[in-house]
Amino acid sequence: MSQYNFGFLDEFAKKEIRRCTIKAVAIPGYQVPYSSREMPMGRGFGTGGLQLTLSLIGENDTLKVIDQGSDDSVNAINLRDFIEMTCPGINTTTSTDKADIIQSRHRIPEKELKEEQLIVLQVPYPDPLVIVEPSEEKRKQMHGEGDYSRLLVKLYEDLIKYKEITISHRYPTRINDGYVIDPSPIPRWDVPKMHQSKALILLGAGREKKIYAVPPYTDAKPLAFDDVPFRVEDFCDKRGKRRACSKCGSVSSFLDEFVDSTNGKTVYQCSDSDYCAEYCAAQSKQPFEESIDG
Amino acid sequence: MAYVAVKGGGQALRGTGGALEYLRTCKGESSLDSDAIRHQLRLLHSRVISEGGIFHPELASLAIKQFHGDTLEAAFALRAYRSTVPRLVETPLMDTSKMRITRRISAAFKDIPKGQMLGATNDYQLRLMRMDMLDESPEAFKAVAKKWLCNTREVDIPDTFPKVLDELRKQGLLPAEAASHNLEKPFDITRQPLVFPVPRSAALATMARAEQGSLLAMAYSNMRGYGDVHPTVAELRVGYVPVMLPHLITGELTEIGEIEITECEVVAMYEDTEDAQQQNSKAMFTLGYGACFGHNEVKAISMAILDRALQKGMKDGPSNPSEDPEFVLLHIDGVDSMGFCSHYKMPHYVTFQSDMDRLRTTQNKQNEAAE
Repeated sequence: MSQYNFGFLDEFAKKEIRRCTIKAVAIPGYQVPYSSREMPMGRGFGTGGLQLTLSLIGENDTLKVIDQGSDDSVNAINLRDFIEMTCPGINTTTSTDKADIIQSRHRIPEKELKEEQLIVLQVPYPDPLVIVEPSEEKRKQMHGEGDYSRLLVKLYEDLIKYKEITISHRYPTRINDGYVIDPSPIPRWDVPKMHQSKALILLGAGREKKIYAVPPYTDAKPLAFDDVPFRVEDFCDKRGKRRACSKCGSVSSFLDEFVDSTNGKTVYQCSDSDYCAEYCAAQSKQPFEESIDG
Repeated sequence: MAYVAVKGGGQALRGTGGALEYLRTCKGESSLDSDAIRHQLRLLHSRVISEGGIFHPELASLAIKQFHGDTLEAAFALRAYRSTVPRLVETPLMDTSKMRITRRISAAFKDIPKGQMLGATNDYQLRLMRMDMLDESPEAFKAVAKKWLCNTREVDIPDTFPKVLDELRKQGLLPAEAASHNLEKPFDITRQPLVFPVPRSAALATMARAEQGSLLAMAYSNMRGYGDVHPTVAELRVGYVPVMLPHLITGELTEIGEIEITECEVVAMYEDTEDAQQQNSKAMFTLGYGACFGHNEVKAISMAILDRALQKGMKDGPSNPSEDPEFVLLHIDGVDSMGFCSHYKMPHYVTFQSDMDRLRTTQNKQNEAAE
């Protein structure tokens, strides 16, 4: 693959992305437009995150790529293979602890990240206002004026109609008491991890051509009302007991549920595969111990 | 759970490449020849080169072959290739009056200076299946071109043709070319993001590499009545434009090659604007411009109509989707729209888990209320 530059992109493109990244860190939550090159994988498959990773990674850096919390998901493999191919000299890992850069789609790892780490999130919709205003030009103005009233009205209308806020993921989150961001399609479960995060969080939207950031030790507060607090996903069964992962037994991780194709029962498992493996190891337990919910 | 929960995703993934290669090679005698793609699938090739946004006929052929004839994927591969190539130099603005013409028509006038030149077009071909082409021997195939050349009388064709628009300008029906046109540096969509409002050059560049079907659909909405451009094709020309670069030593502009493009200029009804009512200002026709790589007449016409519609929208505010720059320009790129559409095939377990949580909670609340 020697016909390609280190990191696939030419140096001018990488420089532009780094400049935009610095701007994004300097103005927490502000969506910095950038030209966004076409990558050899589909727009929507993480090209924004990929461009960030490729512009920031260097030799001897250790990279972890996850999709849906898993290192072995098809898209994670595809991205990791590509980065390895175009960035000779880097290391890859599945361990959250050992990674310098973590590129992720839809999850922030369960384990708290450290100051020297960097997480890159892939973003399909960079603007939280898109649910109330389709025009980008108008949204830009609303952000400029700090006008999030229509977003709050949407939350209020949800409460009136359904007695619940219906936003499940991509939960609008205010950064540093300023701009409201779309935190990428992470579940609500992961939003509190952004608040005062020790690691720098970078968000890249390739198709929509925006980069934004939550710098370390910065406030990230999900939009809510004084009398209606923000709530994460509930993993309790009907009797109110917290469900456990069927592999590792953890009762404090985000769970995926699926139907066992052999017995038709619903299975719950950690979405974060590295967390699950570590939890298993800590209890010197073999994975695949079944504790299926009836 | 098949494609994430089970280990071995990587193996499955690599298997898909093998299966694709099997499908490409399992029938037929030999691999498709690059030249055959370029020449016999001429219009497909044109479309890919235009949407790919890089004039590289050989790689366009390869992309068509590699992606089994999928125009979206082939154009996408060209674009990704383009990302790896640094920009070394910019050409000055191209002069399309210097085009070496293969086809040139005007719907505005019966006769135009130096004449209409129909060239090769499907426009007036009967769309009847040519069953004899089902089984075309190499000898018969080669004989066709030979015979055509023998039977075609040699005539001198002028090197260049005047533009129909110049005639309209001379008659005062179109405004004179703005001098500023040649001074303003065109917006480079490959180096700058579109932040609205955008200049017209950004709109033109975006449309020039837009997906043909998307562009046509937007333009068609305007033609049918969601808009009122009512265009007349002043001139549609297809041919080869010389590409000029300064000579390395002398600095003199030198032709380094030529590219095939399609160019269309449409004239639309005049507007009763405030400007026109001002003194010293007469009502004039208005202009829409379209141009793209390769031979793509539908694309060039669609683009010209949309250019006119967008200029109206930029000036007076849009009253139809096709007049709204944001609506048009952000939805016509094939690489973007196809990529996002395809991404829905990827795992969405986490977000769907989150969706189910919201729905179940809402249902529980509704049940409680009903009890």
